[in-house]
Amino acid sequence: MRQLDQIQTKQFGRRTAILVGGKLALFAALVGRMYYLQVVESEKYQTLAEDNRINLRLLPPPRGRILDRFGVPLAVNRQNYHVVVVREEAVDISATLDLLGQIISLSDEDKRRILRESERKRAFVPITVRENLTWEEFSRVEVNTPDLPGVRTEVGQSRYYPYGEALAHSVGYVAAASDKELDGDPLLELPDFRIGKAGIEKVYDSELRGSAGTSQIEVNARGRVIRELARDEGVPGKDVTLTIDFELQKFLIDRISQERSAAAVLMDSHTGDVLAMGSTPGFDPNEFNEGLSAARWKDLTSDVLSPLTNKATSGQFAPGSTFKVAVALAALESGAADPSTRVSCQGVIQLGDATFHCWKHEGHGVLDMHGGIKNSCDVYFYEMARRTGIDKIAEMASRLGLGSLTGIDLTGERPGLIPTREWKKATIGQSWTQGETLITGIGQGFVLATPLQLAVMLSRVTSGGRAIVPRVRRSADAGVVQVAASQSEPRSLGISPGSLQVVLSGLNAVVNEQGGTAYRARITQAGWEMGGKSGSAQVRRITLAEREHKKIRPEDKPWRERDNALFIAFAPVQAPRYVCSVLVEHGGGGSVAAAPIARDVLIEAQRRDPLGAQPDQPVVRGTDNPKVPS
Amino acid sequence: MAIASSLHREVRLSLGEKFRQISWSLLLFVAAVAAIGFAMLYSAANGNFDPWASRQMVRFGIGIFLMIGAALVDIRYWMRLAYPFYFVALALLGAVDVIGADAMGAQRWIDLKVIQLQPSELMKVGLILALARYFHGIGTDRIHRIWLLFVPLVLVVAPVLLVLKQPDLGTAAMLLASGGAMFFLAGVRLWKFALVVVGGVGAVPLVWHFLRPYQRARIEIFLDPELDPLGKGYHSLQSKIALGSGGMFGKGWLLGTQSHLNFLPEKQTDFIFTMLAEEFGLVGGLILLTLYMLLLVYGVAIALRSRNQFGRLLAMGISVTFFLYVFVNIAMVMGLIPVVGVPLPLISYGGTAMLSILFAFGLIMSVYVHRDVRIGRTGISPLA
Repeated sequence: MRQLDQIQTKQFGRRTAILVGGKLALFAALVGRMYYLQVVESEKYQTLAEDNRINLRLLPPPRGRILDRFGVPLAVNRQNYHVVVVREEAVDISATLDLLGQIISLSDEDKRRILRESERKRAFVPITVRENLTWEEFSRVEVNTPDLPGVRTEVGQSRYYPYGEALAHSVGYVAAASDKELDGDPLLELPDFRIGKAGIEKVYDSELRGSAGTSQIEVNARGRVIRELARDEGVPGKDVTLTIDFELQKFLIDRISQERSAAAVLMDSHTGDVLAMGSTPGFDPNEFNEGLSAARWKDLTSDVLSPLTNKATSGQFAPGSTFKVAVALAALESGAADPSTRVSCQGVIQLGDATFHCWKHEGHGVLDMHGGIKNSCDVYFYEMARRTGIDKIAEMASRLGLGSLTGIDLTGERPGLIPTREWKKATIGQSWTQGETLITGIGQGFVLATPLQLAVMLSRVTSGGRAIVPRVRRSADAGVVQVAASQSEPRSLGISPGSLQVVLSGLNAVVNEQGGTAYRARITQAGWEMGGKSGSAQVRRITLAEREHKKIRPEDKPWRERDNALFIAFAPVQAPRYVCSVLVEHGGGGSVAAAPIARDVLIEAQRRDPLGAQPDQPVVRGTDNPKVPS
Repeated sequence: MAIASSLHREVRLSLGEKFRQISWSLLLFVAAVAAIGFAMLYSAANGNFDPWASRQMVRFGIGIFLMIGAALVDIRYWMRLAYPFYFVALALLGAVDVIGADAMGAQRWIDLKVIQLQPSELMKVGLILALARYFHGIGTDRIHRIWLLFVPLVLVVAPVLLVLKQPDLGTAAMLLASGGAMFFLAGVRLWKFALVVVGGVGAVPLVWHFLRPYQRARIEIFLDPELDPLGKGYHSLQSKIALGSGGMFGKGWLLGTQSHLNFLPEKQTDFIFTMLAEEFGLVGGLILLTLYMLLLVYGVAIALRSRNQFGRLLAMGISVTFFLYVFVNIAMVMGLIPVVGVPLPLISYGGTAMLSILFAFGLIMSVYVHRDVRIGRTGISPLA
């Protein structure tokens, strides 16, 4: 018994010692591992832990506003009241939606979409029920939230254009970024973030957009937000001030809206500031922000009157007789003619086998340059073109800003076309003919120009031959007052003042001399008189039968076949400051359909000009008169 | 007779003497570890006593009385109760299959309304009691008789199979390991262990075949955690991140970001050590390990001082099992071994486990109180 006891004790002692040794070894392993993880590798795991814990959430910056030159907001951010529902807080989501449907209108389609989303998304993610609630609807939901578990009201921001169609083409619109537009800015990936898609909104998008703020959010492994750790508000988008004068803009839009399809530009001929610009029919840019239905988009894009196009910058038309301004200058500057060069108009001119007609069948008789412009005599300008040659005409036209982009800060501008020998050879593969030179002389044939280009051309003429460049954004964006001294005068185009004077006096005669083509559209207020040039561009060839028929009034032709009516004008005649270019698509005669619009716009512009009260006082060129809101 | 009379005095201890004999310092260390557990459960609930810390404290309060009670009961009485205890636990294990409640795809509990009974926890103690009793009976002199090892093998394998069926791979392995330790302590020859090990390795393909897919996945992911960092490897990786980011001194109590943000799975049970190491760092982890070591030292010292084989085997068996749990749990959360569902003794939330451990420490104390009692092969004192 005792012996057994001793044996047992000894053996148990040995085995215990072995086990204790084993335990110690394993404990040592644990300590070693702990040291490795918590001291040696600690930094690595701390980094991983931070990543685990912190989520960066983007805070979209408020988009900059777009203001007119006097600070009238043209594009703003509006509170967007919306209702969301959180699944985990709503006990029975479809019952909650039914209740909510009694308070605000909810379509069955909405309900289905919400239920679908609620199954897909995680329980704590809010699902948008409806956006853009009225204040009344919003308050009704707000009041009822105690009875609506899981329903929350939220306020976001959305773009709003208070004047809708009036500025649609120049201000543009915003919409969600497409895949192609992703430029690395993480903001664009936010589902409800909007970027500029057209007009000023697009051109100055980066300034308007600002830069994203960030919010560091502590989350758990399931992505639930625990709290906010740090917040960087980001940089709000900058406001952009335009050269547009909203009052003039409104006037211009109202005026051209009386036509089926028209475009007009009013600009300051000294600075290139576009004071008003419009194209009708237009569209409501707010629709794009809210999300356009496919049907509405189809309507807009398939409309023959192309409401989405800004015809002032993107509509390319034959300039017709307005082009004679460039031809006259080309003739005078090239020495092919002088002001006293006389041409006898018998209604036609022969060139080889071809006969070229003047718009006045009986002919104008003998005319000098002044008379040629005043009467818009086609024969006179056929002759001028023949003498000058296409090369010189094209060269002068480009100097005046035709045939290439004016560089206005808007999207979608088109360059128009000034044909040259090289151009014809390259695109059509044929040699230039002299007949084409003659046709070009009256702004027909291949020549194409936008209403804006024509306004720029006239601005360059009235400003003493300076390279005026149009712009929509005010250069000194910060304030209303521009300091004259800070502006460097646009470079000279090298056209002699004498030639310019001949053309300007001709343009004066067109409107203000009895017998001028636009005499009926003249401005009668002393000191506000305008000068100008009409243009009626054929959209199809006049057949011999029609010519023999002689008296076909434009009203008798189908709309699509009527001439495009154009008019370019400047005022006041004594000290030109405002230039207006008007296009009425298929409006018929330029002096009839387009000139009155230009007249009304120029009167309005001068009426709003604080110096307009003293029209006799000459305006010193190169200063931009400070204007104050009236 | 002189010896007999001197023994006689110690054998017939009065209740008051027994009470004074209880190792109050051991009880103090047990309470210290449990207190750390309360603090961690409080933290796991984001600074609330609900739902874990308060309930755990109540159980600890009950368990302390159970422990003292167990310590005062005569060791011979425990020896007589060894087999009944084992078979009751075995029956309950069998019953789990029939009436058990599901938890994460495994049946482990019997709902007794008052307490969710986890029979596998009882079996940990029951197996040690039964094996201690058996090996006490055959004594070291007959241990080499190989047919005498048949009964204890059945005693080990029966509960292991039942637990595997639940299925609870971790507990099954633990039962196997503590059973093996009992064989080792009883003096079974080392070559027999070698034989079992060789046989076991040979059986690996067969066992693999019977493993559930999730069990296979756990082993595979342990072998290559990069396999699935967000899936099954997630627990292990997140645990290492939490632990490693704790650094030397930790992030502070209640400030463990990983645990509180729910990156850490089952932080109140199996992964509680991770939270401790995150909040208190290496220093906190080492303090807990030191306390565990002290408890083990007590176990070894008590076992060595016991003058009967049953007491030695019981104390040392419990001590080894306790160690295995501590080691496996901590090694698991540190990514040293696969993730197996093994709680951290005295700390992890769990009623049956807490009561079983305190009861087991009560048994160790009983061994200490009755260290000088001599017990015959049949379980009755030769002098009684």
